[in-house]
Amino acid sequence: MRYLCVFYHRLLEYRKAEFESLAGLFDGRSGATRLEWRLPEDHHPDSPFHFVDLPSEEAARFVANRSILVKGMYEIWGEGRSFEELEDAIRSYPDERKMIYLSHGSTFKISVESFGKAISSHEQNERIQKLAFVPFQGRVNLRNPDHKFCLIDNDDYGDKNGLPPASQRRIFFGREVGASDRKILQTYQLKSRKYLGPTAMDAEIAFLMANQAQAKPGKLVYDPFVGTGSILVGAAHFGAMTMGADIDIRVVRDGRGPDCNVWSNFKQYGLPLPISLLRADNNLPPWRAGLKEMFDAIICDPPYGVRAGGRKSGGRKLLKGAVDPYTVPDDKRTGHIPSTAPYSLVECVHDLLDLAARMLVMGGRLVYFYPVLRDEDSPDPAFPEHPCFEAVATCEQILSFRYSRVLLTMVKVAPYTEEIESAAGLRHLEFKENHLKWLEDGNLHSAVFSPADVNGEKLSSKPKYRGKYV
Amino acid sequence: MRLLTHNMLSSNIKGVTNGFPLGIEVEKMEEKEVEMNTDFLRNMFAKVEWKALVEAAKTLGYTELPDNVEPSMLESDEFMRRFHHALLELHLEEGVLVCPETGRKFPVNKGIPNMLLHEDEV
Repeated sequence: MRYLCVFYHRLLEYRKAEFESLAGLFDGRSGATRLEWRLPEDHHPDSPFHFVDLPSEEAARFVANRSILVKGMYEIWGEGRSFEELEDAIRSYPDERKMIYLSHGSTFKISVESFGKAISSHEQNERIQKLAFVPFQGRVNLRNPDHKFCLIDNDDYGDKNGLPPASQRRIFFGREVGASDRKILQTYQLKSRKYLGPTAMDAEIAFLMANQAQAKPGKLVYDPFVGTGSILVGAAHFGAMTMGADIDIRVVRDGRGPDCNVWSNFKQYGLPLPISLLRADNNLPPWRAGLKEMFDAIICDPPYGVRAGGRKSGGRKLLKGAVDPYTVPDDKRTGHIPSTAPYSLVECVHDLLDLAARMLVMGGRLVYFYPVLRDEDSPDPAFPEHPCFEAVATCEQILSFRYSRVLLTMVKVAPYTEEIESAAGLRHLEFKENHLKWLEDGNLHSAVFSPADVNGEKLSSKPKYRGKYV
Repeated sequence: MRLLTHNMLSSNIKGVTNGFPLGIEVEKMEEKEVEMNTDFLRNMFAKVEWKALVEAAKTLGYTELPDNVEPSMLESDEFMRRFHHALLELHLEEGVLVCPETGRKFPVNKGIPNMLLHEDEV
């Protein structure tokens, strides 16, 4: 069955990825799901309007209702370049598909939508009047109708929406099958969150990450850089069990008091508390030997050293080789605060992939952000790879002129073998021995924050395409 | 800290070959009721080290887990209730986890185990 999917015009690269992940979740498939997409004639690939094939209306409703970026999903009764064409199309749409939704005793509502343009209510009414030929038998109910219909009119498409104009007007009329519940974004907005950190994840992105991870009841989701728990909150909203670790004990244990900590962020929304929070180092995870395939998904925003840098065990001087390990005297062991050293992005991602390869179930998903410098000279970014994983989606979100972050979704397709484990062990030692080199090589902070070359051509030469910023 | 977490953790001090299971010294424990999810329990059943769970539960004063188990017991509601209680409803709020090999103590405060190693242990 073919549906018209109307997306919100934001986070453009996330839209189809989210949709396909949810379609996979509906079918119980964790690998990449590829759907048949088709653009309406003349439309730009970033247009919010897409036709998509789905196996059933149930699937369409599930995907739309659970999604964050689907404004509406419609069974199209007719389309045309003019109202005359639209009328012909609706009249020839099979009666058996229409009559059940037009019956006596039901209630309905018709809304008028456009893109990049506001249509006055007077004009909306005029357009609705033109649908008088459709034999509606039910009563109008604007608040809580049984059936919602939508007239989507795209004249002047492309005036103020940042996309090149479509040369041809296109009108659609259809029945709404489902739509995103964006009210949850208000409920979970960060400004009313009790316990916040400097890099707390925005609610919308946290939900998108949970959808990419196919979070659902009975699944266990882990965040190794849990911080204030903002990513796990999204997964818990969809019913998943959660578990988180962080190297900073003040954040994970103390927060800002008994009613302002990671736990309270879950209580605030009536969500089940995390199964476990612990202080651990992602570089030296404390999992027992033989423990594997515990988590259904790992979702995280690794510290990549732009807004917050990662830390790992071992002092700075110790890793430089300048001093021998400090031996803690026995009487000071209980209150001792171990020193930590900066954690380079390359090593952090290596550890994350190794942890995920070991601790995810087969078919489990790893969803995490990866930073990319938007330098014209640099080649297309190469994303981390691992023999246990297959890439499912890469979704870029541009953050500044200098850099963007890419949400990577990977699925575990091969078991974690002894060879992979010992290779990771060697790499771990290599990182430890060449600590300084890795820190210098992977320093994103200076690339992002160093003064711009204002006189050079760099600033002006980059084409400004608004699409990806939205 | 629930016993599920305890069942996953080990002492990863450099040179320690058998850091599991960690001993438990209880200062304060709590019981908190949570909703039971049987699918989740079935999943976890295959993954937990049963003996370690039984011992840990005993340390927290819960002795109703059978010493030996087999998958057929998952059909019993009574067993599932006990398993659920031991795995997810018993909390170690204050105390320490003890490395079985070196005796190193990992503190548990406010329910959060602190598994970070000292400089001479990495």
